[in-house]
Amino acid sequence: MFEHILLGLHNLSTFQNLMLVLAGTVAGMIVGALPGLTATMAVALLVPFTYTMSPIAGLVTLGAIYMGCIYGGAFSAILINTPGTPSSIGTTFDGYPMARQGRGEEAIVGATVGSAIGGLFGVVCLIFLSPPLADIALRFGPAEYFWVGVFGITIISSLSAGAFLKGITGAAFGILISTIGIAPIGGDVRFTFGMPAMQGGVELIVMLIGLFCIPELLNLIIQGEGQKERIEYKRTKGVLWKTTRHVLSMPGNLIRSSIIGTIIGILPGAGGNIANLVSYNEAKRASKTPEKFGTGIIDGVVATETANNAVVGGGMIPLVTLGIPGAPPDAIIYGVLMLQGLRPGPELFAERADITYTFMLAVGLSAIVMVPVGIYGGRLLSRFVSTLSTRYLVPGIAILTIIGSYAIRNNFLDVILMLMFGVIGFGLRRLGFTAPPIVLGLILGPLMETGLVQAYLTGQAYASPWFALFVNPISWVLIAMSLFSFLWPYFGAIKGRLKGK
Amino acid sequence: MKKIAIGLIVLFVLPAIFWSGGAFAAGYPEKPLSYIICFNPAGESDITARIQEQPLKKYFGKDVVIIYKIGGGGSVGWSEMLRSKPDGYTIAGHNLPHIVLQPMERGDAGYKTLDLKSIYMFESTPDLLVVRKDSPYTTLKDFVEYAKKNPPGVVTVGGSGSSTANDLGTAMLNKAAGIKLTYIPFGGTGSAVPALLGGHVTALMTYSTMGIQYAGKFRPLAIASEERMAVLKDVPTFKELGYDIVEGAYRGVAAPSGTPDEIVKKLADVFDKVMKDPEVQKKMDQNGFKTEYMGPEASLALVKKKMVEYEGIMKELGRIKK
Repeated sequence: MFEHILLGLHNLSTFQNLMLVLAGTVAGMIVGALPGLTATMAVALLVPFTYTMSPIAGLVTLGAIYMGCIYGGAFSAILINTPGTPSSIGTTFDGYPMARQGRGEEAIVGATVGSAIGGLFGVVCLIFLSPPLADIALRFGPAEYFWVGVFGITIISSLSAGAFLKGITGAAFGILISTIGIAPIGGDVRFTFGMPAMQGGVELIVMLIGLFCIPELLNLIIQGEGQKERIEYKRTKGVLWKTTRHVLSMPGNLIRSSIIGTIIGILPGAGGNIANLVSYNEAKRASKTPEKFGTGIIDGVVATETANNAVVGGGMIPLVTLGIPGAPPDAIIYGVLMLQGLRPGPELFAERADITYTFMLAVGLSAIVMVPVGIYGGRLLSRFVSTLSTRYLVPGIAILTIIGSYAIRNNFLDVILMLMFGVIGFGLRRLGFTAPPIVLGLILGPLMETGLVQAYLTGQAYASPWFALFVNPISWVLIAMSLFSFLWPYFGAIKGRLKGK
Repeated sequence: MKKIAIGLIVLFVLPAIFWSGGAFAAGYPEKPLSYIICFNPAGESDITARIQEQPLKKYFGKDVVIIYKIGGGGSVGWSEMLRSKPDGYTIAGHNLPHIVLQPMERGDAGYKTLDLKSIYMFESTPDLLVVRKDSPYTTLKDFVEYAKKNPPGVVTVGGSGSSTANDLGTAMLNKAAGIKLTYIPFGGTGSAVPALLGGHVTALMTYSTMGIQYAGKFRPLAIASEERMAVLKDVPTFKELGYDIVEGAYRGVAAPSGTPDEIVKKLADVFDKVMKDPEVQKKMDQNGFKTEYMGPEASLALVKKKMVEYEGIMKELGRIKK
């Protein structure tokens, strides 16, 4: 294997390939930072360009764009409280408060270091641990995916500590919205209000932009010019090194988040979007100061950004070993591989090791390249956004949101839905309902429904079909994790009571 | 008086010149072609489109832009395509049995089957019944016997979604062999593969493409085509084994109804050249697609034939009201 790695490094070290990694990473970061434009879109758009390139050059570019995109989402999450990509939803929880306190640069540095480390971790697993990890992925059947979804929902109990009922209601609302369209099993048409365009359901991005961005814009408008100083940009010296040292001094967070991201990445269809939220939850649980999460603590940002970049490498593991994409951008890369006549699978590693290893190393290199680009660019961007008057900021972001929501499906209906959710989100916020549980419901609804119904169908042989949900040991582990995650916020209260006695 | 006469003549002659169908089509193509794909990237429709893309640009003469309009199992893309101008610059990939089954089952799928004006059917992927290489069933006979000996529901068969060729194929096998296999729909051909590899389902009723792709891991038991496929020559057909099951997905391109016939003919010629291109043929074979060469009339005949066939099957299965 090591000769393959050396071969890959050799191929990668051409001027052309290195430039492609740099260009791809930068382009990916820009697309990722723009709300509404996702990694999947970016990769899909670039595919036709790759035809004119050699297979290696094309794959290197796509891999770099993907990695850069996932990282880029952090910028808008931190600076304008809108996840640039769904994988950065969790970054808004602490990143935005940090920006409001004038510590935006610190947040960006934290996100950068985390993303780089997570990205590298994912790629290392891809290169060295693909076969065993792919095997683990195969053990997850429909029932397990259902429990993964349930586990995801239990995160709400910690996300909305103190307002649990509102969180659960929000999640239920999100799940309800996720049922709009064609049922994944059985093909029933649900809640389309007679409009064929609604048969495609509500897109995640549309709801994200609507629920996160629009209320923020409305707030800015209401508060008016007087709020120009709201994000003070304090140019403090040495922020970069101080923060980097601080982040590197939390290895537990970094390693745990990387593992979470990689594992969730290897599960095809689990959705790397939930990796950042699971990681955030776990970081909060493991922390000695969980109450600080949500107020602007860098641990939160590091947890989310490390996990989401680990998903990049993780998602490629089932892709290269089994030909099954772990995440939507991988599906596109799969298509590109097929077109080049490269069949993903064990033959790819063996017969075309030159292409495979060069590609994997390029993705890893992209994670490293992100650091200087992100820190320098992030500094500029942070300063720019904070000093820009709301008079320009609000319309600028508004235009981006409209373009973003239209670009997903080339469908004007999505823009209207986005605005509707914006107004709903604004109202809900006033009532104390926050966006994350709703979005979580939207993401996890289809996952849980598909897993549940499929598991039920496979359980026809048992006394009760529902038994199928409890047969696999992995299910038991997931159920235990879900219970623990659900009850954890209450442990603290129980512990307190016991001590009091 | 003379001036008025000349004026009137000019007034009536000029539009007539531009109005004649000949002049209309003579300038075609003048703009790029939008090729709408109604399914996820890296699916069969997408991969075929990517194989066609470069030769298509060459034979069409202008640029070809692939656009995704995903949702509703294709219905979102098809209903939208029908609302575009029938000027021959917007086409969409369309699939059997989806375009027949969706309007049939859903009441209002946003489009009617025959509104999609078929230009060309360029490929089919016959249904393929596969088990894992390490499974105890080496022939279809073993598999059917096992299914007969066990209560319904023990043998699970995964496939790519509800109301697809995989779904129908399984139902047809149930009827022909007198067994009760439980069909488990997955969201797309690729999603069902980990389920079989991980042992969560007994078998898959998938497409010929998967038989090629996972040749090392899957054992195909039978293929639902009229004759054996060259790339899967060791796989017997259901017909050979005594079950009259011919089913699979057909893919082609369609334009909105109202598109002038000559433009449809021109596009059909373009696609014909594309599918006969040696590079395209090679890639199609490599990936397990069966290339078809059906022009507008043949495609329409196929769609109509399937409409009758599927209506019969669906009524028998109780999936639609009699």
